[in-house]
Amino acid sequence: MSFTTNSTWRRDGPAIGTTITPQKGWLDLNLNLRELWDYRELLYFFVWRDLKVRYKQTAIGAAWAILQPFLTMLVFSLFFGRLAHIPSNGLPHSVFYYSALLPWVYFAGALQNATNTMVENQRVITKVYFPRLLLPAAAVTSGLADFAFGFVVFIGMLLYYRIAPGPAILLLPFFLLLAVLTALGVGLWLSALNAIYRDVRYVVPFLIQFWMFASPVAYPSNLVPERWRGLYGLNPMAGVIEGFRWSLTGHGQPPNILFAASTVMVLLLLAGGVAYFQKMEGTIADVV
Amino acid sequence: MASSAVQSENATRQLQAGDTSSGTCYRVRTTPVNPIMNDLVIQAEDLGKRYRIGERERYLALRDLVARAASAPARLFARRKSSSSNEPHTNGDRSYIWALKEASLDIRQGEVVGLIGSNGAGKTTLLKILSRITKPTTGRAEIHGRVGSLLEVGTGFHPELTGRENIYLSGAILGMSKREITRKFDEIVAFAEIEKFINTPVKHYSSGMYVRLAFSVAAHLEPEILFVDEVLAVGDASFQKKCLGKMGQVSREGRTILFVSHNMTAVRALCSRAILMKDGVVASSGAVADIVDEYLLSTAHEGSVREWRDPSVAPGNEHVRMSYIRIISPEGTPVIDIDSGAQIEIGFENFRKNVHLSVKVRVTNSDGVVLFVSNCFINSDSNSRCGFYQVKGKIPGHLLNAGRYFVDLSVCKDQRWVLLQLDGVVSFEVANTATGRGATMGVAPGVIRPLLSWSHSFEEVSSSSTNLSCGISHVRL
Repeated sequence: MSFTTNSTWRRDGPAIGTTITPQKGWLDLNLNLRELWDYRELLYFFVWRDLKVRYKQTAIGAAWAILQPFLTMLVFSLFFGRLAHIPSNGLPHSVFYYSALLPWVYFAGALQNATNTMVENQRVITKVYFPRLLLPAAAVTSGLADFAFGFVVFIGMLLYYRIAPGPAILLLPFFLLLAVLTALGVGLWLSALNAIYRDVRYVVPFLIQFWMFASPVAYPSNLVPERWRGLYGLNPMAGVIEGFRWSLTGHGQPPNILFAASTVMVLLLLAGGVAYFQKMEGTIADVV
Repeated sequence: MASSAVQSENATRQLQAGDTSSGTCYRVRTTPVNPIMNDLVIQAEDLGKRYRIGERERYLALRDLVARAASAPARLFARRKSSSSNEPHTNGDRSYIWALKEASLDIRQGEVVGLIGSNGAGKTTLLKILSRITKPTTGRAEIHGRVGSLLEVGTGFHPELTGRENIYLSGAILGMSKREITRKFDEIVAFAEIEKFINTPVKHYSSGMYVRLAFSVAAHLEPEILFVDEVLAVGDASFQKKCLGKMGQVSREGRTILFVSHNMTAVRALCSRAILMKDGVVASSGAVADIVDEYLLSTAHEGSVREWRDPSVAPGNEHVRMSYIRIISPEGTPVIDIDSGAQIEIGFENFRKNVHLSVKVRVTNSDGVVLFVSNCFINSDSNSRCGFYQVKGKIPGHLLNAGRYFVDLSVCKDQRWVLLQLDGVVSFEVANTATGRGATMGVAPGVIRPLLSWSHSFEEVSSSSTNLSCGISHVRL
């Protein structure tokens, strides 16, 4: 990224210079956090637009945000729990699955939306400048609204089954942040790739499907042999989901080697995603 | 101060380059109101942009990559074989075009600069680089100030959202803060004249309402530097006029504007300086009147003069053979405008003896409306001779409106029989002028554009019961 000298276009501040130079190589990276901060209001508007538009002209509106994880939970409880007898760490099947589906459904939706941002906003991208990073960032942020709806249902389930989460629930925002960053990190890669190779959009549903089976959504991670846990944790969603289960219900694995591996992986994915995205950002308007 | 250093550095650069013509031109035209007015707000050096041909039309699919990888060894071989061939824009199997080459420009604060040139000259590419939508392949530019770009009408509009919601969304995307939009909200709605539909999704708007709302949002932007690309081409005539008025107002507020347009009247009226682009390079830059003339000169002759030097390819038959047909201005220059009118010159060789020869010209506008047919009767008493005939005719000024016209030509015998007919043999462009348009700009509606001779008189009527006095005006033709 080369629009580096000072900041530019401070909305209410004095005008400072912008330098326009050609795209340099991979090493010419300089994330302009100041500029992103100056554009925070536009991020808000993109999130606001996503939320406004998402359930327009739907009959049941935001109820979809609840139905999706809830129905999946019912199906999982029936097939994986009742029929396949997959252990659920001593939790009721519905709570066991729903506590994993909460972050998973959020992640899957956010990733899908983030991937499509560059293509869907093609017209805006080719007509006006703003940090393109805002678009995938808005996509993963607006998914949190659906997450909140689903979370309300989960509270109802906890009350119904009389499960009291322990102090571990205070760590929940941290696990949620990890899920957001995973969606953003991968979303940055995929949205930039999708702008060039439209194949990506067909790959993503498969990717999400495979990824789910590589994550402890339908089974507890202690089914994975101990010595493979570290490797298993390289899937950042493994750490996120185990963390969710543990902090919400007190059952399952407290943060361990798996979680540490996930956290490191998220940071790597995110750094790589930002780097790749910034490399593409300068010319994305030409190819999208 | 950094800016003054930049400025002096720039002055040195200009001196070194010996580029005094463009430098002095606008220095004379800009009257500095305060020292800041002399600041260079846009400085671009050697900007270039290379596109792969087809890149913008077609996206890459993975299979292309696979195919490219598969054919790589063959390509390598082929390149080695043809390495002696020397094509500048080809690189293996990909071809590149330079949409913009070595574009350098300096723009001072408060200048309104018109960027003109024919389609594909690189105007929009330059605007896109300066507004940071895409990065240049070469060169660098420095911009000082808050930038707003208006490359389309309705940037960021979402069809599902209401007019109100879209004002906020589009405003934010174009660079306004939420507070700013809230402050100007009523003004925006009033300018667009859509008060009643403000809570209706814009997908239900008529196209006129949509454009009005979209432009209204854009017109209330207050950046220090504004890039505008031909957005006035949309909307009905009265709205266009309103927008031009608004833009004129904006430019008087001391804002810097870079304005791409094909409407030369608007460019002349709004801009102090113009930059002419041609085939991706900055061809010239200077006072708006000179540059607009230069542009018109370079485009006007396209197709308006045809000369057949070689008789074997000239259109003709056993009766007549064409030599030339020219549509030029009465002074002989290729630029024709509304005031000047045009001259038609036709030369042909005649092989028919003792007939009535006549030449007929039919002029059609770009909508296909026949404006008139005119005849030149050469031999009214059947006494034509073999030889070379030259015919001249004059289309008077203040007759044709601005626009493109097509000429059908026929040579006839005895006023009845067509010896040779050439449809659309030449076309010509009539440039717009402001004559009779007062302060309004743009092309006046109408097929023709006559200059009527108006007169008016006035007599005062005094009323004893009140102190008011009013008059009756008579206006007559």
